[in-house]
Amino acid sequence: MTKKPGVGEIQVIARQIRRDIIKMLMISKSGHSGGPLGLADIFASLYFDVLSIDPQNPRWEGRDYFFLSAGHLCPVWYATLARRGFIPIAELTTLRKINGRLQGHPAPPWTHGVPGAEIASGALGQGLSIAVGCALGLRLDKKPNRVYVLHGDGELDEGQIWEAIMTAGHHKVDKLIAIVDRNQCQIDNRTENVMELEPLVDKWKSFNWHVLECDGNDVAEFMQTVRQAQELKGKPSVIIAHTLMGKGVSFMEDDYRWHGVPPNEEQGKQALAELGPTPYGDFVEFDWERQPVEIGVK
Amino acid sequence: MLKYQSRELKATRLGFGETLVELGHENPDVVVLGGDVTGSVKTDLFMKAFPDRFLSVGVAEQDMMGTAAGLAVAGKIPFASTYGEFAVGRPFDQIRQSIAYSRLPVKICASHCGITVGPDGATHQSLEDIGLMRLLPHMTVATPCDYLETKKLVRASIGWKHPIYIRFFRDNTPVFTGESTRLEIGKADTLIEGTDLTIIACGLQVWEAILAEEVLASEGISVRLINMHTIKPLDNNIVLKAASETGAIVTAEDHQMQGGLGGAVAELLAQNIPTPQEFVAVRDTFGESGKGDELMRKYGIAKDDIVKAARRVLARKK
Ligand SMILES: Cc1ncc(C[n+]2csc(CCOP(=O)(O)OP(=O)(O)O)c2C)c(N)n1
Repeated sequence: MTKKPGVGEIQVIARQIRRDIIKMLMISKSGHSGGPLGLADIFASLYFDVLSIDPQNPRWEGRDYFFLSAGHLCPVWYATLARRGFIPIAELTTLRKINGRLQGHPAPPWTHGVPGAEIASGALGQGLSIAVGCALGLRLDKKPNRVYVLHGDGELDEGQIWEAIMTAGHHKVDKLIAIVDRNQCQIDNRTENVMELEPLVDKWKSFNWHVLECDGNDVAEFMQTVRQAQELKGKPSVIIAHTLMGKGVSFMEDDYRWHGVPPNEEQGKQALAELGPTPYGDFVEFDWERQPVEIGVK
Repeated sequence: MLKYQSRELKATRLGFGETLVELGHENPDVVVLGGDVTGSVKTDLFMKAFPDRFLSVGVAEQDMMGTAAGLAVAGKIPFASTYGEFAVGRPFDQIRQSIAYSRLPVKICASHCGITVGPDGATHQSLEDIGLMRLLPHMTVATPCDYLETKKLVRASIGWKHPIYIRFFRDNTPVFTGESTRLEIGKADTLIEGTDLTIIACGLQVWEAILAEEVLASEGISVRLINMHTIKPLDNNIVLKAASETGAIVTAEDHQMQGGLGGAVAELLAQNIPTPQEFVAVRDTFGESGKGDELMRKYGIAKDDIVKAARRVLARKK
């Protein structure tokens, strides 16, 4: 990718990523729909514009570090990594299958991990500490790399998150940008019914962070907000990105019951019809009678 | 011929959820803590029946264990429930200090344990929880083998004065134990009598052992099968009797070899009647995504592995 795609193209890529997520989940018959669909715009923006990365050399020294703290959101990450050339697109058929790399929750690099993964995640609440540690390490070496970390909003219930928020504020880790997927949904219910998070902006502010808010389903607005965060100095930055769980699929939108279930065949077909085809094409065509042929993985 | 029949497939976690509701009706002090996985661990049944006695703490397992300890101090009977990995791994120190050392009768009820949780992958496959909980003084560790036994165990935990860790599973699995068999915490059940060797199994491996016994019996091997639903306190008498009468032991569990049921049995035997023992367990490795039965085979804890272990231990028997 020599030239960065524009906003319009990133929107189309995001739509293709949504199609990929639906198909991956229809094949695996297990996994999370709602959160990943809501994050397609953010992931497309990060991997096709924001992040300094090299798909040919995922461990390139000059890379921006990206941590997916809420590991269950990985279907959107895997689809994005495939579309960006980190893994073969055809490998998306292997989500959650034995002997594969697309683990139900991201595996670390030494084992089944996908290229682009720095560390394991899946047990919620650990990613911010890791991102802070990584940013502190880079700072000790006087390196310019940025560190990005993505959290679910329900994930913020975990105590360790708030310990890390305090640590980052204390150490003024300003090369760090945290993104919160503020979709207002978690497993049991809407976030404010399970555990009240508001006033969320004030909470982060009072822990000495820069706090920005945006529509996380608006590619242009999100990228604009990240650029703003990159300019802020002296404190870490958090972007509270307001998204819709299940974005793009009418019957999933804003419904917490879609947190952790895959669409069945009928729902999947409807979702694909609503999303509409893109010029990029799908990674697998179903004849709806047979399972797609499984491909081998390294 | 199989010595036990599977009457139906039903999840152990459902047995837990249903029994909580029964206990809620019987005892107003029963309270349940939710960690944003209530539908999965089946505490949603209690939540609907007794919304006032259901306390959501969010995705915050450390806080959950501390809150449970506080509820016990206030005289309540708290059930704290989430997935095994997050019920033990995340809040280990809270459990150690506020529950075990403080000796509060909190019931830690862990669902989705072991490798059979399958597609979620290694981060969600608790294979160390028996070991971690067994290490703690005062802690009782129990794991039922089917839906019915889960119901009995959860019911028995109400009158149990010690902190207790109850380990169960996600999948629908064979129901084969008897309606009328009594369950006593700390007293194991001999499911099959035999003289050549003893298989001591817990949790879902009890059913695998029943399947394995059929194969071994067809080879003329007389197998004793013990369902060790309580791993701590271990039923020493039944183990020592089996060792002296059959002279060969196989242990089987959906857990790491280190520190689990096999370890508990070996510690006892080494000090009393050193006996050849083979371990059917996960061998010092993390799991991965896959279907439960695929993983049981790949990681060496399925029926065939029990059969092989039995042949090995017989070869070692003097
Ligand atoms: C330590 C830990 N506890 C519990 C879980 C189970 N779990 C997975 S996702 C989730 C809800 C997270 O909500 P949120 O971060 O808002 O994600 P979203 O619903 O938006 O996908 C929970 C409780 C877990 N993965 N890790």
